[in-house]
Amino acid sequence: MTDPAGPPLAVEGLGKTFGAIRAVDDLSFRVRPGAVTGFLGPNGAGKTTTLRMLLGLTTPSAGRALVGDRPYAEHPTPARVVGAAIESSGFHPGRTGLNHLEAYAPQAGVGRARCRELIEFVGLAAAADRRVGGYSMGMRQRLALATALLGDPPAIVLDEPANGLDPEGIVWLRQLLRSFAAQGRTVLVSSHVLAEVQHTVDDVVIIAEGRLVHASSLAELAGLATPETYVESPSGEALAALCRDRGWTARPDGSGLVLVDVPAAEVGAAAYAAGLELHQLASRGVGLEDVFLRLTASERQP
Amino acid sequence: MRAALVAEYRKLVSTRMWWLLLLVLAGYLVFIGIVMAASFVFAPEDPDSGQVTLHGVEAARAIYSVTNGVGYVFPLVIGSLAITGEFRHHTITQTLLVEPRRGVLLGAKLLATVPVGLLYGVVAALAVVGASAPLLAGWGDGAYLTDGSVLTLLALGVLVTALWAMIGVAFGSVVPNQVAAIVVILAFTQFVEPIARLALGSFDGTEGVAKFLPGAAADGVIGSSLFGELGGGAELLSRPVALVVLLAYAAALALIGRFTTLRRDIA
Repeated sequence: MTDPAGPPLAVEGLGKTFGAIRAVDDLSFRVRPGAVTGFLGPNGAGKTTTLRMLLGLTTPSAGRALVGDRPYAEHPTPARVVGAAIESSGFHPGRTGLNHLEAYAPQAGVGRARCRELIEFVGLAAAADRRVGGYSMGMRQRLALATALLGDPPAIVLDEPANGLDPEGIVWLRQLLRSFAAQGRTVLVSSHVLAEVQHTVDDVVIIAEGRLVHASSLAELAGLATPETYVESPSGEALAALCRDRGWTARPDGSGLVLVDVPAAEVGAAAYAAGLELHQLASRGVGLEDVFLRLTASERQP
Repeated sequence: MRAALVAEYRKLVSTRMWWLLLLVLAGYLVFIGIVMAASFVFAPEDPDSGQVTLHGVEAARAIYSVTNGVGYVFPLVIGSLAITGEFRHHTITQTLLVEPRRGVLLGAKLLATVPVGLLYGVVAALAVVGASAPLLAGWGDGAYLTDGSVLTLLALGVLVTALWAMIGVAFGSVVPNQVAAIVVILAFTQFVEPIARLALGSFDGTEGVAKFLPGAAADGVIGSSLFGELGGGAELLSRPVALVVLLAYAAALALIGRFTTLRRDIA
């Protein structure tokens, strides 16, 4: 029906001030189609304000945000271009889930059959005719997602979509977003927890205090991480001596040591050369969360 | 615009509020109709008391006019909920996502309440007539249900009810806080306007102003006023002028709402 090739999203010099507070400050980034982009930052970093400006709900104080070639609100049927679920958007508690979708279907240009299909798709078939007042947080997230998908949009913008979802729901959402990206759609997902989207996103845009602190592929972000290696030896003394000799930074962790910024291969080779018996030698991930915290925390310093 | 109209209409009728309020409206007007008819029919004739008791078609018209004079609070409230409900439950965000043209949104809400307002008007007329006509016919001077002026009054009462629903939407756009909107509507219709009409109508200098109050203008459209007949005596605007005044209230409120509430950022 709709051409699944998504429009790029472009944020250009975007700014928003509320009184004396600069919620978003000279923010620029691009979101490409065919990938899932994580829009990350701590609570209060300006993520939702940025998304609201992107979607025409809030007027920017400076700059502009484009969906394809024009601002969101200037598309003739925006719900067929971008499907969005914004945090703090609500539901009338007295309306059923299906009625909620049907209230928004006309402006997405779809009929009641599509509403029924979507409510089944997001796993709410059994609750379709129940009033939303009785829905759990996770059910509301699913209904918000169904609302965003009404117009089968080539771009999808979701604000903290994993909030309130059970682990099964998170896996389902991850697969769904991956499949959208594989179809060529543009997918932008915000989160304040990197770990939540780490396995979903291709690209990351990280902001703090309303400013861009990092934008790259996830792989490049991982490149900023300091590798850590866990090593355990029955001869603690000899291991400590080896660390001193090599000038490694080590910190105790359980019955072994964590070596900072030393690849496991280097540790293994050194231990072999020194004739040191090892019981465990393991790479400790790439510490992406640390990178994220470092990037977002550094902005807070004066 | 068509899509926006369908959407807004679906929002109105997909919660229980529209028929709950309609039931209360019907019950309330049945009660008022019986009380009014009984007081006219069974009131002792006492020429010396100076009490005004209406007779004949005047009595019938005065009673039937309460669809507006007493009932107008209901369409006002249901209309205001079309906007205030969106803000109260934060559905305004999703609403503006699918319809960023805010003027179109407000226009659609104004028009989508018309069918609901007309239904309220029909039910209100049926409730009042159903409750009072048997008493008027059986013990009074007659129900006058075939009288042309009575039928005109009833039909215009339905129209005015729909206009009240639109004014309710427009008012909601000015006062999007639901509790505040309902409190203001109740206070204005039950307290402020009746007193203002009485007070303004009592002095020569201000008498001309009273008929421009919204409730008085609505009485002008239907061409009868319970308020006026029972001692207020304030004259009413002519039908065309009254209709224009009532529409002007809706338009003025909607314009204010469009450039205040609906111009702001939605958070």
